[in-house]
Amino acid sequence: MSRVLLFLLGLLAASAFAQDTKKEIQKYQQMIAEGSPVELFELEGEALWKKPQGPRNASLEKCDLGQGPGVLKGAYARLPRYFKDADRVMDLETRLLHCMTTLQGRSRDEATKRVFGNENQPSEMEYLSAYIAAQSRGMKLAAGSSHPKEKEAYELGRALFFHRAGGWDMSCASCHGEENKRIRMQDLPVLSKKEYARPIVATWPAYRVSNSQFKTMQWRINDCYRQMRYPEPNFASDATIALNVYLTVTAAGEPYRGPGTKR
Amino acid sequence: MAAGPMKMRATLAGGNTDVRVLMTHPMTTAQSGQALHFIQNVVVKQNGRTVIEAEISQAVSRNPVFTFRLKGGAKGDTIEVSWLDNKGESNKIETAVA
Repeated sequence: MSRVLLFLLGLLAASAFAQDTKKEIQKYQQMIAEGSPVELFELEGEALWKKPQGPRNASLEKCDLGQGPGVLKGAYARLPRYFKDADRVMDLETRLLHCMTTLQGRSRDEATKRVFGNENQPSEMEYLSAYIAAQSRGMKLAAGSSHPKEKEAYELGRALFFHRAGGWDMSCASCHGEENKRIRMQDLPVLSKKEYARPIVATWPAYRVSNSQFKTMQWRINDCYRQMRYPEPNFASDATIALNVYLTVTAAGEPYRGPGTKR
Repeated sequence: MAAGPMKMRATLAGGNTDVRVLMTHPMTTAQSGQALHFIQNVVVKQNGRTVIEAEISQAVSRNPVFTFRLKGGAKGDTIEVSWLDNKGESNKIETAVA
């Protein structure tokens, strides 16, 4: 009898400890958000958006992110989506790349030479993502999901999410498919479920305090593939966009709260 | 490298002025193997009068954020924050209290 009681007390203590840990992590996340330099990236992004560049010496101000040329308000919350002019589903960075090649006359090679920056020199894509995503704060995520190509991308993204391959025979779901799992102090959200996908997708792109870098969604997917020891996916490829569509459609309805600040 | 942007908010709260300011700066330490490059002095002025003079060190993070609470103040007061680093580079920002 007393042994059972002791066991029950032990269980209670363990769950109280888990609760405390969660609370402390939340406190830490709040603290890093208060000291976040995300706004500085937004300012740099705004300057880049308006800066004439490329062979045509044009800025990106006429870039159509889905809500009309130059309309930024709420544009990010409705991406990824199908674009008729390119006959393709595009996420933010893919669309920016499209505008860099069409409006500014830059080559794809030149514009993608350095899409992921570092702490000393963030990339153009990172600055621009911060600026544009910030114009959707408070707006509900509503990625395109009605056009046949959007549906196709969603299905492809879902298939990729559960597709096991690579040197370690892993899929996204290997880490993000089971509840209550974590790596060290980092909770692993079950991204195929909307209650987990919503708060995560609503805070990307994001600033990482541990390495002082601003990270985009294309980077996030690229790095997950690196962690799974896959060959590196191409920037703005159909596969990366499809995964982004799958995650963002799963998170639909969540008010956008980014660009976020992560550990 | 030209000094990157700064951003500041100054608001009245309970009769005091709360200032939050972001600075773009690499804050390079000796550990990084690169040349030391960090903000040394921060000055806060309220309507042109210096109210805070701070000396900070390499221990402060890259792209630092500072918050100050100034006694008193009124809507429309001018708050100016400036920094000077060890290479003689500087930047400043001015805003009106909201």
